[in-house]
Amino acid sequence: MPSSKSDTMRGLAVFISDIRNCKSREAEIKRINKELANIRSKFKGDKQLDGYSKKKYVCKLLFIFLLGVDIDFGYMEAVNLLSSIKYTEKQIGYLFISVLIDHSHDLMKLVIQSIKNDLNSGKPIHISLALNCVANVGSPEMAEQLASEVPRILVGSDTMDTVRQNAALCLLRLYRVSTKILPPGEWTTRIVQLLSDKHLGVVTAACSLIYELARENPEDYKACVPLAVSRLSRIATANYGDLQDYTYYFVPAPWLSVKLLRLLQTYPPPDDPAIRARLHECIEAVLNRAMEPPKSKKVQHSNAKNAVIFEAISLIIHYDNDPDQMVRACNQLGTFLSSRETNLRYLALESMCALASSEYSHDAVKKHQSTVIQALKSERDVSVRQRAIDLLYAMCDKTNAIEIVEEMLNYLKTADYSIREEMVLKVAILAERYAVDYTWYVDTILRLIGIAGDYVSEEVWYRVIQITVNRDDVQGYAAKTVFEALQAPACHENMVKVGAYILGEFGNLIAGDGRSSAGTQFELLHSKFHFCSTATRAILLTTYVKFINLFPELKGQIQKVLRSDNQIRNADVELQQRCLEYLRMTNVASSEVLNTVLEVMPPFPERDSSILAKLQKKKSVISNKNLADGKVENSEGVILLNLTLIIALYLVLPDLIARDPVEPAPTSTIDGASSGALLVDVFAEAEPKLPQSSSEVIAQDNSDKFLMKNNGVLYESSVVQIGVKSEFKQGTGVLSIFFGNKTNFQLAAFTSVVECSADLQTECPPINSILEAGAQVQQTISLEAIGDFMETPLLNLSFNMNGGHQRLSLNLPVFLTKFMSPVEMNAENFFMRWKNLSGPAQEAQEVFKAKFPMDKEQSSIKIQGFGFSVLEGIDPNIENFISAGILYTRQGQVGCLMRLEPNLQASMYRLTIRASRDNVSGVLFKLINPHF
Amino acid sequence: MAPSSMAPQVQFVLLFSRQGKLRLQKWFNASTLKEKKRTARELITAILARKPKMCNFLEWKDLKVVYKRYASLYFCCAIEENDNELLTLELIHRYVELLDKYFGSVCELDIIFNFEKAYFILDELLIGGDIQETSKKNVLKAVSAQDMLQEENETRSALEELGLPS
Repeated sequence: MPSSKSDTMRGLAVFISDIRNCKSREAEIKRINKELANIRSKFKGDKQLDGYSKKKYVCKLLFIFLLGVDIDFGYMEAVNLLSSIKYTEKQIGYLFISVLIDHSHDLMKLVIQSIKNDLNSGKPIHISLALNCVANVGSPEMAEQLASEVPRILVGSDTMDTVRQNAALCLLRLYRVSTKILPPGEWTTRIVQLLSDKHLGVVTAACSLIYELARENPEDYKACVPLAVSRLSRIATANYGDLQDYTYYFVPAPWLSVKLLRLLQTYPPPDDPAIRARLHECIEAVLNRAMEPPKSKKVQHSNAKNAVIFEAISLIIHYDNDPDQMVRACNQLGTFLSSRETNLRYLALESMCALASSEYSHDAVKKHQSTVIQALKSERDVSVRQRAIDLLYAMCDKTNAIEIVEEMLNYLKTADYSIREEMVLKVAILAERYAVDYTWYVDTILRLIGIAGDYVSEEVWYRVIQITVNRDDVQGYAAKTVFEALQAPACHENMVKVGAYILGEFGNLIAGDGRSSAGTQFELLHSKFHFCSTATRAILLTTYVKFINLFPELKGQIQKVLRSDNQIRNADVELQQRCLEYLRMTNVASSEVLNTVLEVMPPFPERDSSILAKLQKKKSVISNKNLADGKVENSEGVILLNLTLIIALYLVLPDLIARDPVEPAPTSTIDGASSGALLVDVFAEAEPKLPQSSSEVIAQDNSDKFLMKNNGVLYESSVVQIGVKSEFKQGTGVLSIFFGNKTNFQLAAFTSVVECSADLQTECPPINSILEAGAQVQQTISLEAIGDFMETPLLNLSFNMNGGHQRLSLNLPVFLTKFMSPVEMNAENFFMRWKNLSGPAQEAQEVFKAKFPMDKEQSSIKIQGFGFSVLEGIDPNIENFISAGILYTRQGQVGCLMRLEPNLQASMYRLTIRASRDNVSGVLFKLINPHF
Repeated sequence: MAPSSMAPQVQFVLLFSRQGKLRLQKWFNASTLKEKKRTARELITAILARKPKMCNFLEWKDLKVVYKRYASLYFCCAIEENDNELLTLELIHRYVELLDKYFGSVCELDIIFNFEKAYFILDELLIGGDIQETSKKNVLKAVSAQDMLQEENETRSALEELGLPS
């Protein structure tokens, strides 16, 4: 059959031979340039080229392009070929266009015109060529201009099967470019019906199209579910002869089966019991086939069969509702784990990961623990080992954590460099999540630093410090353990950091032991000093000054070190300043002052809700990439963030002290102003470095400005503007969000969902998934306060723009104070209530420095903005504010009283809030305090 | 190149030799020429470095690359992370079978000298990155129908050259 082709385009064959005969890259380039010059002169020449020559030269250009050379001419000739009446010329023209042309090319209009001509030619082979080209190039302009013709061809009664296949996939491509070309409606039913077409090739192509349409508009396309089940059932029960050429190595229609199973994963399990039963049978049939003896020894047979099995298991996992099938799926994967095929082991490990997170199959997965650990040790392919790690991480719970962490630590010693950092994170997370005994946790993290110190990120070592500071039962142990770890002649710098911090705080707990006396601790740490980076040295210096407080007997020795030229004249400003200030401080401050300043760090806050949601978002980005199963709990991240700030404070301590009225440090490099600047710098450096995804925007928190107002612009970028209008009445509220598309493109798959704590109820109707260029759409959310919520609800937006996916998370301006109404009362009433609310959990009080000019009128406006009344004539001091309000929640009304006492001389306020429900005062305080 | 919900099933197909020479490339995602060149270069290096006993899947950025070596040629397809790897492997095999049947025991030289045919056959199998036709018979039928047209064309032009109306 191919004999006829060998003599076509002889010139091309000669040229290709020439290129192949070139001995060097230079010779090749020379030959190419010669040919390019030749083609250029032919195209420019006076003589009109015939179709054949044009085809030949265009084909040569294509070949040259495939050799990696950019082609900047010949496009016009290729476009000319499109209107040739000869099939092969047209075909080469389309090939050139498909491979080379860019959406924005000047000739695109001409190309589209030719495509239109071919689509209307009535010749199936020309229609196919045109459809194929559209499916390959798929520009937005094509989508616009051909939107009406392609669906017509797809469902037309006189369309040939092959053309129908082309049209289905062509339409799919156009739909991906612009979902608006095919809104649910006109064509929906007829497209869904293609699943029942008698030609399996048509069904296969249509299935891809329907899958994408159903994912975008599940409700409109749900009629595809029974059809897909019925089709699947017919395939499952077919004899392999029945499907003729669609049987692949004795497996009936594997591609179509997989597509149908995948389509079903767009939907929940079918409601109709008959369909459900039929589908259940199909899945069972697929799983049964796994047990049958193979019909062929060929790998193609087992691959195709197993491909269907894996897809069926994906559907089982997607449904997550049938314990029997899930366990069965797990057992099947278990047999794959011991297969000789590396591919199968890899896929089984991957698939099991998903099963491990379902309650139905978690225990079944755990049965394979030893096999998985064995895989970690013996697999020769790093990607398979990586899968084993992911699975161990996913199957870990408190019953097997110690063993799994131990195995992972062992493996870490020899693990590939590419996966170490991720492994360190996983071990750290597991160790913390399942730590029953915190000494085990501390041991594990220190071993991590010992084994893979370079891969231990700040987050991990911050965290071990945080836990040690917060848990006094582990402090002595931690001090002892780091002390021992530091004995190693070459310990990692991260170990020095952790050791310095922990000994600086808790070194006294082990100083009673002669082997780890104060002096020994100091000498041990100081022996590392010169091998460390500036950042670590800075921590060490702080540890030294902490030692002066913990162990006054070391004062002389440490001061000597601080005073040495190496330190006090250190070229690094940060280190020099620390030395000077610490030295100064230990000289001038009394031991009481020193004791106060250098006291043990307070416990780190366990939660901080306002950033919780934000971090959760960031975590989800990380977990997609690194932690695979997304099971990371967000609390640890939150604490890390706080911790970073607090450690930054710790590092910055000397700068704060420098502002004391003690005489300025005698140095030429530091003046009064620079300490402030330094403070900022240290903060900047200590900012946690979390991975950023360009498509993921954690919006600047702009919601605070809505504390005292209800309408305004919440967020604005070059793409969208989001405005908010809200109204609150007692315990309920309505929030209207206006989304404006500022671009000239359509935003597709536009979704906006609200996420909030259980103490706030929101009802958020879905909005149209398309936001046209320049258009605005409104979403109205109804709200009800259930209890005293602290977190503001989070608005999660996502949309596709120009093929890229964007996500955005914003805090919605819904604060507890929005549900507050002012109350008037007289002095007697007020004081009676005030006295009644004297329980410790009912009151929040603090004295703080004014953050704004202390203007009486402004303050009054702010208080009323928070929903409180401003009561006159109650407080004998007319500068003070007395306020009252009622907070309406479904759990009941809460009476709230507030007293704000300004001290104008000192620019200080005392703010006291009392509330009839425990902890509400604290929540209100946190909201109100930042505004005075 | 980030996979969105709207990415084609197969994002690109590459054929390259053991020496790392690209023999065929077909891109179904919208990426620039520069990106394509870089992607091809990186992947060829990564795949050639892999040992024979390793699995046929390679995680690469957000994609999974499924590859298989046939004689001196590597065939590779990039799919989304959660797509069906084994069946993609068989898609490659089906393509190889088609080439083999068409050229009669295909070798690298056939693909070099008839690269346009290799493209046309791929176009019958995959359109815009999605499977169009899995039946070997149907694909070969379509390709030979194209060849028939070619012969007709050539006979006609030969006649025309001789000054005879067809």
